[in-house]
Formats: sequence, structure tokens, C-alpha cells
Amino acid sequence: MRSKFKRYLAAAVAVLVAIVWAFPVYWMINSSFLTPLTISGLDPTFLPFGGTLQNYRDVTTETPFFEALQMSVIVVAVALIVCIAFATLAALAISRFRFRGRKSFVLVIILVQMLPAEAMFIAQYQMISGLGLLNSIAGVSIIYVAMVVPFTIWMLRGFVAGVPIELEEAAMVDGCTRFGAFRRITFPLIAPGLVASGVFAFIQVWNEFALASVLLTDDEAQTLPLWLRDIAQQSNLGAPEWGQIMAGSVLVAVPVIIFFVIVQGRMAQGLVGGAVKG
Amino acid sequence: MSIVVTTKPDADPDFDPSTPKRKRKKARSPKLPYWLTLPAVAALVVGLAYPLGWQVLNSMREYGLRQQFGEDATWLWFANYTDLLTDGFFWTVVIRSLVFMAATALATMGLGILLALLMKATPTWARVMLQSALLLAWAMPIVAQMTVWNWLIDSRNGVLNYLLSKLPGVDMIGHNWLEEPLSFFFVASLIITWASVPFVAISVYAALTQVSEEVLEAAQLDGANARQKLVHIIMPIIRPVLVILLLLQFIWDLRVYAQIQLLQDLGPKGDDYDLLGTYIFGLGIGQGRFGLAAAAAMIVLLITLCVSGFYVRELLREDAR
Repeated sequence: MRSKFKRYLAAAVAVLVAIVWAFPVYWMINSSFLTPLTISGLDPTFLPFGGTLQNYRDVTTETPFFEALQMSVIVVAVALIVCIAFATLAALAISRFRFRGRKSFVLVIILVQMLPAEAMFIAQYQMISGLGLLNSIAGVSIIYVAMVVPFTIWMLRGFVAGVPIELEEAAMVDGCTRFGAFRRITFPLIAPGLVASGVFAFIQVWNEFALASVLLTDDEAQTLPLWLRDIAQQSNLGAPEWGQIMAGSVLVAVPVIIFFVIVQGRMAQGLVGGAVKG
Repeated sequence: MSIVVTTKPDADPDFDPSTPKRKRKKARSPKLPYWLTLPAVAALVVGLAYPLGWQVLNSMREYGLRQQFGEDATWLWFANYTDLLTDGFFWTVVIRSLVFMAATALATMGLGILLALLMKATPTWARVMLQSALLLAWAMPIVAQMTVWNWLIDSRNGVLNYLLSKLPGVDMIGHNWLEEPLSFFFVASLIITWASVPFVAISVYAALTQVSEEVLEAAQLDGANARQKLVHIIMPIIRPVLVILLLLQFIWDLRVYAQIQLLQDLGPKGDDYDLLGTYIFGLGIGQGRFGLAAAAAMIVLLITLCVSGFYVRELLREDAR
């Protein structure tokens, strides 16, 4: 009896905590559909009474949203493709070969992830500015690739190591070249790993703010986080257009939330797997 | 290492039938792993090692706006460092950042562990609900987090003031949470905690599910109560996970830049609201004192490396287990 009561109590607390934690996200989405008139009222509107798309229309037409979107998409695509290609090769090297310097390479990969961007961005700014690449896709991509490559190698390493080398060897016995064996056997097997690490790299680059704010100072070269900061800042000079700011935040957050849901399935699987084993 | 397979200098290892099979396979392409790591190494050298080298050099030079436009940078050796280390304000910022880091990381860990235990105690439907809510918060991009929170704590029509004023005897309408430095950092810490708890809670929960039921049952049979089981059985088992999570929180909370910068955007600006990230930004990009900023960045790097040293040691210890 007592333990049953305890479970109910725990459930009630869990629901309460869930509401508190999700509230800011709910608030952002709900408010983005409210009319400016409703929002400017003194009493907050908690329930979805809106249903207008006006905020979205305004924020995409009155600000350089599409320019920023284009910039973000290109930067993410370039950084992602280069990063995945480089990281796959390096992951193959460290999980398939024993070579001199392998240990130091692995150690560097771990250590480099600890480097705070905030303690490096002055130097990175100087370098990119010296190369004349401020406000360019190439400049920011160079830095982003270096930022995400270590973690991606670290993650892919596990996936490559999970494919038994015997499979590749068998294919080579059957007449595949080394590259052919990789392409036909290993590559399809690590594809889920490529997707997962790609998603993580995507989220990191898409959200990145600190380096972008230093390297992309031009209004023409803003990525979406900078664009969002800009509309929040500008609107704060007068009476803030909270509806538009929330609509802008939703536009920046939605791709990330979608990708998170994809990765979450993997995570939930991990959790269930552990529970069954325990 | 089996790069040199045969002692005969003129023999081609690939076609040497006397070489054992395993050795031959590795010897076939002794240079291949280096070629494979080359692109990644090149990316790291260009994006990180070169700027790091620049930083080390210029932290020891007079490098300001004039040097930016072509004047030679004169060597100061450690003058930039001694300037900073004898500057009372720099120490204020360092200590402020360390206190902020410790408070935020500990709050995150405490709440995260509590929520993980809560997930263990609730029925599945409530757990899934809580996990989904945490994931939503976790998935929010930093800039979007900050715009939403900026509105929630807004003095004019923020929800926080509205809800607090509903409590009897409280009138918070018009209260500006960002004006007092202490309150400013409290808000920053609150937002960062909100955003980092999901990762900790979900990781700790995953660790908790690995604790085997048999061990807990055995403890139960020996007469352990719930608290004793938690303190003497569960916590020691998941300790390695907790240590790694705590160190990660330390590392991440020391390097907060975006949140502080974005709070300053909409609220007060000035030295009193700086942590190390915004302080270095102000020195370098703001005032153009690149040499001094580089020295400050090197000091932050050293502090981070001290914390990371523990982290890497823990990680390697885990690996060896």
C-alpha cells in the first residue's frame, strides 16, 4: 500500500518537473502563434488561443531571414561533408591499424575536445583575418571542421571497431580490392554511425554562436544564430516584438529538435538495452 | 609495429611467401594509416594548432591595433602575464568565473541525480513524459534558449514576474532581474542549469539501470534500508559516471560565453557582468589589445587543462577497466 502511494507521489512530482522543464519550449512555440495584440497585454496567454502565422510572415519578410538561412545551410553542409570524410578516414586508421604515433593521436583527439573555443577565438580571429577570410564561408568552415572533427573521429572509431575485420578479409579473399571491401562491406555497416555522428556535428555547427559572432561580423554574412540575436537586439531598442522573436527562435530550433528526436530513438534503445541486461 | 617485415633489404614484403600471413597484411601498406589520418591532422593543424601557436607567441608580445596594421610587435616576454596577474580586476573575474562554474556545475549535478532517481521511482508513462520534457530543453539551441528566457524574466511582461506576483504578498511586476550583478549571475546560472540538467539526468539514469537487481536484493536481504542502499551500493557503483559528468560540467561551465554575452545584449553591460569569456572578448575584439587578450586566454587554457587532466585520467582509467 505504502509503496503504491509512493509511486503515485513520484509520478506526480515527475509530471510537475516535466511541465516546468518543458515550459520555456512550450512558451516559445505557443507565443509564436499569438497576435502581437495578445502578446502585448499585461496578462500572459498560456493556452493556445492564437493560430496566426503573422509573426512568421513578418519575421521572414522584414528581416534577412532567407539570407541567413542560406548562409547557415551552406556552412553546415561544407563543414559536415568535409568533417565526415576526414573523420571516417582517421577513424579507419586508428581502429584498423596499429601504427607508431597512434596512441598520441588518440590522446590529442581527446584533449583537443577540451580546448575551450572561448580561449581560442582571439587567435582564430587573427588567423582568419590574416588570410582575408573574415565574413566568408571558407573562413568559418575551416574553424568549424577543426571544432567538430575530433568528436566525430571519437564517435566513428567505435562504429568502425564494431565491424569485424574478418568480414573485410573475407571479401578480399573473394576478390575485392581493399577499397572495394571497404565500400561494399564496412561502409554500409557503419552507415548508422555516420548518420549519428553527422547529426551531432550538424547540431554543433548549426547552433554555434561564439565563433560566428567573431568571424562573421558583416550583416550580409550572418548565420541563423547571429540573425536571431540581431532581431532580438534590434527589437529590444523599442518595444520588443516578442511574437516575432519567438517565431524566429522556433525557426532556428525546429531542425535541431527534429534531429534530436531521431537520435533519441537510439538513446532510448540504449536505455532499454541496459534495463533488460540489468 | 611491423613495418619492417623482412631482413632482406631487396625483398618485396608483399610477395615474400615466407612472411607469416598476419604480419604480411599489416606490412602491405605501412604508410596507409598515416595517409588516412593526414586530412584530419591537417584540419586540426590549420584550425587549432596554428592559432594556438599564434596565441602562445603573441601572449608574449606587444600586440595592439597598431601591430594589427603592420607595425612590428615588440617582445615583452612575460609582461602581459605579469600585467594580468598583478591586476586586481583580472583576479576578480577569474574568481567570479570559478565560483560561477562550481555553483552551476554542482547545482546541475545535484538536480540531475535527483531527477534520475525520480525516473527510477516513477511508472514508465511518467518517466517517458519526464524524459521527453528533458530532451526538449536539451535540444534547444543556445541562442533560442536565451531569447525565450529573456522574455520569461522580462521586467515588463515576463511570465516569471507575473507568476511570482500571484503569490500572496509578493509584487515583482517591473523587477529587473539583470540589474544587480549577483542577480544577473543567478539568472545566468539558472538558465545554464536548466539547459544542462537533461544531459546529466539522462546519463545518470542510464547508469542506474546498469546497477544489477541481484546486488540490491542481496543488500535488502542483509537488512539495508533504501537510504543505505543508495549511499553504500548504488552511489559507489555509478561513481565513475558521476565523476566524469561532474568534470565535464566543470569544463563546460567555465567556458560559458554565449549565454553571458546574450544576457548582456539585452540587459546591462560593463565589467561587473563579465566572466572570463566575455572579458577576453572585450580585451581582444573590443579594445584591440590582442597581446593581453592572448595572455588571458592562455591562463584560461591552463585552468581548463588542469580540470581536463583529471577528466582524461578518469576516462583512461575507465578504459583500462
